[in-house]
Amino acid sequence: MIEIVSRDRCVRCDICVKVCPMDVFEPGTDGVPVIARQPDCQTCFMCEAHCPADALFVAPLAGPAPAGSPYTDEAALVASGAMGRYRHVIGWGRGRTPGSRLDKNFVFTARLAASGGEGPSRTDASGDDAGVSERQPEAS
Amino acid sequence: MSPSAAPHLVRDADVLVLGGGPAGAWAAIAAAEAGAVVVLADKGYCGTSGSAASGGNNLWYVPPDLALREDAMARREAIAGGLTERRWMARVLDETYRQINRLAGWGYPFPVDDAGVERRSSLQGPEYMRRMRRRVHRSGVLILDHHPALELLADADGAVAGAAGIRRQQGGGRWEARARAVVLATGGCAFLSGAFGLNVDTGDGHLMAAELGAELSGMEFSNAYALSPAYGSHTKGLMMQFASYYDEDGDRLDVGDMTAARRPIARMLADGRQVFARLDKAPPGLREAMRQAQPNYFLPLDKAGIDPFAQSYPVRLVFEGTVRGTGGLRVTGDDCATTVPGLYAAGDVATRELITGSVSGGGSHNGAWAVSSGTWAGAAAAAFAARQRRADRPRAAGRAGLRPYGPAGGGPDAAEVVGAVQEEILPLGRNYFRSSEGLRRSLGALDGLWTSVAAHLTGEGREALRARQAAAMVAHGRWMYRAALAREESRGMHQRVDRPAADPRLAHRVRVGGLDEIWTAAEETREVTA
Repeated sequence: MIEIVSRDRCVRCDICVKVCPMDVFEPGTDGVPVIARQPDCQTCFMCEAHCPADALFVAPLAGPAPAGSPYTDEAALVASGAMGRYRHVIGWGRGRTPGSRLDKNFVFTARLAASGGEGPSRTDASGDDAGVSERQPEAS
Repeated sequence: MSPSAAPHLVRDADVLVLGGGPAGAWAAIAAAEAGAVVVLADKGYCGTSGSAASGGNNLWYVPPDLALREDAMARREAIAGGLTERRWMARVLDETYRQINRLAGWGYPFPVDDAGVERRSSLQGPEYMRRMRRRVHRSGVLILDHHPALELLADADGAVAGAAGIRRQQGGGRWEARARAVVLATGGCAFLSGAFGLNVDTGDGHLMAAELGAELSGMEFSNAYALSPAYGSHTKGLMMQFASYYDEDGDRLDVGDMTAARRPIARMLADGRQVFARLDKAPPGLREAMRQAQPNYFLPLDKAGIDPFAQSYPVRLVFEGTVRGTGGLRVTGDDCATTVPGLYAAGDVATRELITGSVSGGGSHNGAWAVSSGTWAGAAAAAFAARQRRADRPRAAGRAGLRPYGPAGGGPDAAEVVGAVQEEILPLGRNYFRSSEGLRRSLGALDGLWTSVAAHLTGEGREALRARQAAAMVAHGRWMYRAALAREESRGMHQRVDRPAADPRLAHRVRVGGLDEIWTAAEETREVTA
């Protein structure tokens, strides 16, 4: 769940308020958004991806971080480069290569298909749970 | 919202699209390209809402090569339980190919393989939906973010005439959009299980449609679960092809490969055991590519300080309902019309049985379905709107959770209703391992909840949405379990411990509908599949 809006880094653009699909943030009286409805957070990292200032940190937990958790220690998270990490890995921000350009999904779907990840013997399986199914063509 | 209060924001459109995930975005674009004035209202934000935005999306994208297409369809038919239709599969493959190539033309940065060929069979959610939002906007569509719809409007003949909801970031007042046709693209229902990016999907559209008499199909194929770290919610499965599983003592479990492993793992978790995963089958040379293929599998593990190649981590199965499941509103024709005049269904709100049958469409088939059904529904809605008269004084159709027939209050509140529904729907022991006895017991609880919700539940402002979502989940659960009772066999993801085999006499789809009284009926598949 969302744990940190960094007051030092926030540029008061309210993008997080706008893009959060769960409506977790409220505009702050001083311009820095506040986490108003943390229990509604679905840990989707979309705010972290869209924040232009790497001012947000979403912990990997499905629930709120316990008191004293390293996930609420802003100084340590800043030092470790954890802030805005999702934006970095998907290649958003100036000078970065869009992550989609490096997308190697086709390598793994092809592997799975070749190993028989789907077939008539698996009629009791729930199918392509991993979002994987087709033998990929040699060229597309 | 006070449902009777005068709306603060009224819009007029030819076509209203509810939902701004891929299906809604493709529908809005298609309707605008057909010349319609289009409004798109999203519960959250078009660009981040919906199951595709936060994840990665494999696509059922196959070039128009006869042998490749034949192979793609035959492979699905082999596991789909006889419920697919070849004609629909072929047209989804066609339409998806065409539209994804347009997406490439709009600048989506696809990867290029070693042979220098662009690979278009996978989309990364944030990039995909950022591009789609831009395209929707440039098509002249008015986007209303944070405008959850709570109900449909209908004319005197029962045709849909728009929708109304709340402006949740502007004080919670009512908005209303009058339209001559509506595309529902509100997603499936994951019952607020917390699965990655799925809490926006609470089945609101199914309830709104059912209030106008829409039918559903395939609701027994509604118990998709996916593996995630036990502490989190990140249900990205592709990398699990490299996983080995371990018990509490660190002993390796003999559970088979990725697809076969699910059932024994579910059994252990249902029995309160712990299961651990480690990607020890991943060749070191592939590990960097793995990160590039699925960054949001690795990111939460990185943040938790876990190296999944070296360390085992505890897993759980998170419920994904009819999002990764298959059932939804029944479509009556090639244009994705529902049984309600003027109302079209696109994406996960519609049944995907036609192309994926009784098994999960995963990201791949469901992703292709969103592109195709969105495009068809949008175009058809525009055509319907062009010949439909504007309704004079449409009636607001919302009932349970919005306009209770009894005094407000007196029953459980929205949070209590959600908790009670989750108790019947989320546990593996109830929903993954289904039985007649268990289904009947849960239906008893859910029917009781419905009675209370229909009589008493409502809310103001943001609470209006929570109340309505709670009602939608109760309705969804009742359709699911009623359909699961009707299918007295095991087929695809619907597995009955008391009926472990498939019954050839039940190789047909099951329709379900109704609110206070729920009915089921058989629908023969229109063609025999291999």
